[in-house]
Amino acid sequence: MKILIIGGGMGGTILANNLARRLHAELQDGKARITMLSASERHMYQPGLLYVALGRMMPDELYRDQRSLLEPQIDFHVDPVEEFALDRHQVRAKSGKTYPYDALVIATGSRIFPQGVPGLEEAAEFFYTEESALRMYKRLREFEGGRVVIAVGVPHKCPMAPLEITFMLHDYFKDRGILDKTQIHYTYPIGRTHSLENVAKWATPEFDRLGISYETLFNMKEIDVRGKVVHSEEGTDAPYDLLIAIPAHKGMEVIEKNGLGKSGWIPTHRHRLNMEGRDNVFVLGDTTNLPISKAGSTAHFEADALAENLAAMVKIGAPVRDYDGKVFCFIEAGKDRATYAMFNYQNPPNPKPPTKAVHWFKTAYNKLYWASARGLL
Amino acid sequence: MGEEKVTIVDATGSFCPGPLMELIAELRDTEIGAVVELLSSDKGSAQDVPVWVRKVGHEMLGSEEKDGVWHIRVRKLK
Repeated sequence: MKILIIGGGMGGTILANNLARRLHAELQDGKARITMLSASERHMYQPGLLYVALGRMMPDELYRDQRSLLEPQIDFHVDPVEEFALDRHQVRAKSGKTYPYDALVIATGSRIFPQGVPGLEEAAEFFYTEESALRMYKRLREFEGGRVVIAVGVPHKCPMAPLEITFMLHDYFKDRGILDKTQIHYTYPIGRTHSLENVAKWATPEFDRLGISYETLFNMKEIDVRGKVVHSEEGTDAPYDLLIAIPAHKGMEVIEKNGLGKSGWIPTHRHRLNMEGRDNVFVLGDTTNLPISKAGSTAHFEADALAENLAAMVKIGAPVRDYDGKVFCFIEAGKDRATYAMFNYQNPPNPKPPTKAVHWFKTAYNKLYWASARGLL
Repeated sequence: MGEEKVTIVDATGSFCPGPLMELIAELRDTEIGAVVELLSSDKGSAQDVPVWVRKVGHEMLGSEEKDGVWHIRVRKLK
């Protein structure tokens, strides 16, 4: 069986390594083959960008050579796909080369789309690319107080990011001695301070305790860059001196161009993870249209389930497991405290009060991630 | 005259980002005048969604529960 994985991010990499271990014998005797196509020779640990934006990690800590993360039997090429010919069971990549498959896995991820809100790209600081995270850090260093507005687009990668950046900014300003000259104003698209009800129940009194003001049912419509005001779809305004945004995301352009899914999200079966209408095309991570968090842990747990199923299809001709919607997210609650949320399609999360121990575990995970990507954790 | 095309957003079992977030994302990418039907297993959505829809100025077309799933229909007006 020829298994072709498109995308060398967290989902694609964990899947490839997990599969290579399960199919060691089949890869040796030629019964299976794993090929990965990626747009980059480097692998980025994207959750680290939050820390880069606050000067707590350096950009070079976020990267590893992609080849070094992969099991040696995996055939890896830096050759981004341009055309998906699903009826012919092949893709054509930028090099002009065609790659055939028996099973295709699409894990191309997502990208920020600040252009969807007029003025946002020009006015706001954000931390979803290395360049923007560094720019944000330099802007924070120069900030001497004023009104800081956090504004959130939908959908966005890492649902905990709006809360994390808010709590971490609070501690950052406190450490710099400018908290008394700074008002942090948090806005959120729905009618409470976080989409997870139990997280909102914890976060709202924390905001009250820390003097962080908040406004719910606030969706960015446009930014008056000169007047420094965010106008919302709901008809309210948020004036700012410093605007920190979680921009809305889209799937990758190649997905939209090939007509695989609106806005780059591919319709995906929530348990089997196959593309709707295609038995031999699977989707992982941010690329799915599933109503669950766009987060690395989602890609990780989906990859675990899919690896088990693809290996079983090679060995016994049938899948063996359903993905249950499992997600696990750390939540940084400041510079030195954190909690976590774990949930699936059936069970909502119930986060505990933040502790230093969970923060240090998250800090350790920032390093342990590389073992996770290699499929060892 | 043909039946109106309705886009279904199946947010059953969604805790995060949750049904209203799924609806907001879908409406952002939808043509004005289009109808979206949100499926939610979260009973809170039956109250939250109409509040947001009215605040933003879209049109609530209906909300009904069938076998533990709320079917909430919204027309995008702006």
